[in-house]
Amino acid sequence: MAKITGDIVIDIERCKGCEVCTTACPQEVIAMSKEVNSKGYNYAIKVNANCIGCANCAVVCPDGVITVYRAKV
Amino acid sequence: MVETFDKPEIRTPENLVYSKTKVLTDNVLSYCPGCGHGTTHRLVAEVIEEMGIQNNTIGVAPVGCSVLAYNFFDIDMQQAAHGRAPALATAIKRLLPERFVFTYQGDGDLAAIGTAETIHACNRGENIVIIFVNNGIYGMTGGQMAPTTLPGMPTSTSPYGRDTQIMGNPLKITELVAQLPGTYMVTRQAVHTPAAVRKAKKAIRQAFENQILNKGVSFVEVVSNCNSGWKLPPVKANEWMVNHMFPFYPLGDIKINGEMVK
Repeated sequence: MAKITGDIVIDIERCKGCEVCTTACPQEVIAMSKEVNSKGYNYAIKVNANCIGCANCAVVCPDGVITVYRAKV
Repeated sequence: MVETFDKPEIRTPENLVYSKTKVLTDNVLSYCPGCGHGTTHRLVAEVIEEMGIQNNTIGVAPVGCSVLAYNFFDIDMQQAAHGRAPALATAIKRLLPERFVFTYQGDGDLAAIGTAETIHACNRGENIVIIFVNNGIYGMTGGQMAPTTLPGMPTSTSPYGRDTQIMGNPLKITELVAQLPGTYMVTRQAVHTPAAVRKAKKAIRQAFENQILNKGVSFVEVVSNCNSGWKLPPVKANEWMVNHMFPFYPLGDIKINGEMVK
């Protein structure tokens, strides 16, 4: 069976750090950064490479900052 | 060097599964972090993009948190006086019947000052879509009690909780308009989890497709959080919404194809 891998690109300048994506992710890929963006929000970052490209994070993101890619490897 | 866990080799156009729709502009949304308005905006924009009606849709923005909606949708928009969005949408739809017309309103706009316009537009059976975002509070003006505020719910004008003996009962306007003969579809959705978002998008898509049938109002309520009004962090606000809002405002279809579901 082909293995699925995914990747997300987070627009950290638009991220408002609401953390809704962290609870939506089934793979616990997303956490909040210690640094802040130019608006002072702790933005979402990837903390491991387990992303499967399910797009749950992008679907719940109120500000639409996440772009999702998925590929078979 | 901090590890970023990026996989640049799979970031190709054919592997793209999700990106922000082009029907939303690049302006940063004016909503608080985690607000359901942003998600609802995106769902409406995605439906417009998927149906290919970007040049053929007119939206009506309300007064409230979403008063700047015309800055975020890359479509023709009109700004209505407080609560009068259904009346304005009526005029637009009657003058330009081939266009898709929707209103986007909060509970302070639709269920308080605009109750008369809402009920009469629904009763007349105007062929429009009404998107109703219900967070049980006046979010924009500082979290005052709204007609939709739950019994016992603290707000800035009911700091000890809404006492229904003094302040009256919450208004379930969605159930109310479902009783009217002019509504063709009435449903209540939420946007707090991926599954709920996908379901809400289907409902909004159905509502827009109903306009082609010319059968009446399609009314989609989206139960949303108000983090700043409820004084909770976004994730906690979503939990509070599930535990308190959903028992009073149960999710699901109320009227489909002109027939009551329950």
